[in-house]
Order: sequence, then C-alpha cells, then structure tokens
Amino acid sequence: MAIDIIYGERVTKGVDADTKNGLWLSAEDFKRVAGFERKPEGFCKGEQCYPVPPARKADFENIGRYNLAALAELIGQPMVADESHQVWCFGEAAENRKRALTSLEAPDFSLPDLEGRVHSLSEHRGKKILLVSWASW
Amino acid sequence: MWQALYTELAPKGFLPIAVAFDSAGNEAAAPWIKAANPTYPCIIDRRHIVAELFDMVNVPNAVWIDENGKIVRPSEPAGSSDAFRKMDHTTFAIPPDALAELQAKRSAYLDAIRDWVDKGAASKFALSEEEAVRRMHTPSDDHVRAAANFRLGEYLAEIGHPQDAQKYFAEAKRLRPESWNYKRQAWALEDPMKAGGPEFWAAVDALGEKKYYPTSDDI
Repeated sequence: MAIDIIYGERVTKGVDADTKNGLWLSAEDFKRVAGFERKPEGFCKGEQCYPVPPARKADFENIGRYNLAALAELIGQPMVADESHQVWCFGEAAENRKRALTSLEAPDFSLPDLEGRVHSLSEHRGKKILLVSWASW
Repeated sequence: MWQALYTELAPKGFLPIAVAFDSAGNEAAAPWIKAANPTYPCIIDRRHIVAELFDMVNVPNAVWIDENGKIVRPSEPAGSSDAFRKMDHTTFAIPPDALAELQAKRSAYLDAIRDWVDKGAASKFALSEEEAVRRMHTPSDDHVRAAANFRLGEYLAEIGHPQDAQKYFAEAKRLRPESWNYKRQAWALEDPMKAGGPEFWAAVDALGEKKYYPTSDDI
C-alpha cells in the first residue's frame, strides 16, 4: 500500500508500507523516510542508536521490513495516522524538545519569505535577534 | 511596530525576524507584509515550525536571541496586554483607559529591548541562564502529541481535505488548550472571519481571570 509519511519536517509521498500491526517499511524506505538504519547496536541515526529490546525483536523487524511505529513508541515520538487518506504523521519526542529548549541554544530553522528567499536563523549570528510571531488571522 | 525599532537599533546590531504562522501561506500573509513593507526578514511558516521549536502559543510571542545564538528570554507575549479584552467585541472600539494600558505595555517592552541592545548581558532584561530555563515552558507528551495532530490536520488541509483536517485540529486543541495558535489557525482555515469573530471572543471570555497574554512581570 502506498502512503504519505510526515516525519518531523520531512514529507515522503507514496511510500510502500505494510500497515498491519504497525508501519512496516523496507530498510531502504526506513532510511529515506526517517533517517534510521538498522545496525548491530540497534536503530541508528548518525551517532545515536536505540537498542531493540531482545524480547521484542519481532515487533521491530520481520522479513526485511522494519516497524517505524514501534521505533516511534520506543523513542517516545507521537504518531498520528489518518487511514482514510493514508497519511502517517510522526512528531518530535517531548524529551528531545525539552533537552533542546533548556540548553538555551536557539534551534536553527530555514524558512522562505514572500519571494521564496530562504532565511536561516544561524545566518544572523553576531546580531541581537527579536524572533517574533504574527499571523493574518 | 517593529520597523521603527529596527530603523532605530539596526546600527547597534539589532534585527527583528517576523514569522507568520499561516497555514494558507503567502496568500494569507502577503497583503499584510506588502502593506507594512518591512526591511527586516519576514518569513512564512505554514507549518508553525518555529512555534514548535520555541514553544510559542500565540501571536505576538517573541524570543530574544543574543549574538551567540543563545536564548536570553524565552517565548513570552511581545508587548501585548490583556487590556485588549476591554474592546467592544463587534465595533472593536477601545475605551481610553484600556488604550492607555495597551500603549504603556508596548512602550515598556520596546524600552526593554532598547536596554538589552545597549547593555547586552548586563541589561536587567537579559535573563540569567537559570532564570531563562526556569521561565522556559517545556513540552509534555501531550504537547508533542498536539503538535503531531496539528501537523496532520495542516497537511490534510493542504492536500485538499480541509473538512477532514478539523478532527485533528480539535484533538490538538484538546491536548493543548493554552495554544491560541491552534485555535485561531483552525478557525481561520474554516472561515477567515472566524478567528476574530464571536467564537474567538467567547473563548477569550471563557478564560475568566486567566490571562490571554500571560506577560512576564519584569517588563
């Protein structure tokens, strides 16, 4: 079945997935969608690895597919699915957000202005920034 | 409001960055930006990414970030005050005492920024690390679940299913009732007039003694 997956800021459309008892993706899609690879240490993204509880191995891998829903639960990421439109959405774990915010390091972002020019917070280092929200509504 | 301050303080290394939390994107934000014609960056945040990253729950909320990329004041209302609640809900007329209160709060906030830009870390408005962390609202499991529901709703609206989006917006609002961004954005996607109409005022009135803009008491 082809579904859309929102994983943090990344949206991947038309991913082949088995949605029975989880969200099972091929190893290739697992990396493309979520950035995680299966290694001997566990599921890894860069330096960070999450070991798979040995007793629950079957919840995480089965015949060349990995379960992204089980990994999200292990990490504490929220997952919300809309099955009628075949969209799965994974957010950030509260623990990660908490750690980032209390470090007081301003998290970087890159977003476009009206003309489509992309601005990053980090390109303005050396200035005192007032980051201020507004909305048309 | 920020352009005059930018013109005044730019030579001292000050820069406002305005972020529009508008899921309808340029279409919604463009008329406002074109009318103000600012010379500082105005970015469009359809998915409310900045709101999530910096834990902003309303507009205007602001974060102060120093030259090294460090947060010296976490998200808080930016010079706003609950005095706006005294305005007439249909004519938007403001009684003189409420107007004076709004202006006083705004001036105090602008003066606090001036003080910080002049004195840096020595400004009494630049918080110590300990105080900045103490004031930081950190998200709970419910809050990140609210964000994921909001994001899914926003995506469904974007791909042409605005009706189906509402159930996820409702869940986001339930999980994080203090986010006016969720409430008002969801109303705006239903009907642009709704975010400032009777539903909005009813929700504001329902706050009772609670603040719509929980301002810090040091500014």
